Amino acid sequence: MIETIKPTEAQKKSRRGRNVALGVVLAALVALFYVVTIIKLGGMG
Amino acid sequence: MVTIDNHADLRAEEQVRLSEAGARDFFELLKPRVMSLVVFTAFAGLLLAPGSINPVIGAIAILCIAVGAGASGALNMWYDADIDAVMTRTARRPIPAGRIRPEEALAFGLTLSTFSVAILGLVVNWFAAGLLAFTIFFYAVVYTMWLKRSTPQNIVIGGASGAFPPMIGWACVTGGVSLDSVVLFLIIFLWTPAHFWALALFKMRDYGSVGIPMMPNVAGERATKHQIVAYAVLTAAVAVVPAMTGLVGWGYGLFAAALGAVFIVCSIAVWRMPDGDQKMIAAKRMFAYSVLYLFAIFSALIASHYAELLVGRFGGML
Repeated sequence: MIETIKPTEAQKKSRRGRNVALGVVLAALVALFYVVTIIKLGGMG
Repeated sequence: MVTIDNHADLRAEEQVRLSEAGARDFFELLKPRVMSLVVFTAFAGLLLAPGSINPVIGAIAILCIAVGAGASGALNMWYDADIDAVMTRTARRPIPAGRIRPEEALAFGLTLSTFSVAILGLVVNWFAAGLLAFTIFFYAVVYTMWLKRSTPQNIVIGGASGAFPPMIGWACVTGGVSLDSVVLFLIIFLWTPAHFWALALFKMRDYGSVGIPMMPNVAGERATKHQIVAYAVLTAAVAVVPAMTGLVGWGYGLFAAALGAVFIVCSIAVWRMPDGDQKMIAAKRMFAYSVLYLFAIFSALIASHYAELLVGRFGGML
């Protein structure tokens, strides 16, 4: 039997906020690894 | 298919428990105020260390140290949720307030610990990463899980975890430890008891109510005040040592001595407070000054270091 859940507005809003924050952190990590790679490959670090 | 509608007029135990925690609640788990001190002292260690580091790599190092410190704060809040719920100072933290579940905080803390140590190791060096891992372990396990609830020396020994950041910052540049980085460690290590016991004096009922063996509750107010003076004297003395080892100049030494003298005067004012004083004005002043003192000492170290570099570079032209 499949159970589905209908969240309240407050639950939806906080979930959206957490998703945005996680997205920002992941994007920052991508940028961080990119910059570190450039520095290390360039022999600047 | 069964649909559970949380909008429906269900009793709380019939609703499916979905998190209402926002990103801000998770940020609060990182103890941002403690983190600011960690960032500042780690930054000082990084700047004062001999040698150089790429500025971007240096910024990433500071970020990793900050996140690692925050992660240990989250692990501390996970373990201490039971006592945090009782104390007025901590009852509104995300876990006792019910905004974040303990297992979420645990997962958050462990994930951030792993990422901060791994990235510091991969990007900077593994010695600094090892020190960061040890600091997180020391705060979360040695202090929080073991010492805090078992001995009044909890914050004396546990204070080491707050003293490691400048050493980690130093290790990011040099890849090791030296006398100067140990002195930076000692300044914070010796400062912590005087700083924290001033707080414990006017919050002792809180700690007593949850059975935490803080010094004022176990040894009494008088013994705590004796020790506050002793640690203030030791801190003031060690804070002058960087001028003796040659890390910075004697201008800093004089400034640190003056700041230290005020620190000692504050501690003597606490010592002179009558036992059982309800207002604890001197203890509150000591606590406020202790924060200012540490920021001033590390700011002065940085300023003195750069002043000498500038004199060394341009002095010959004058």
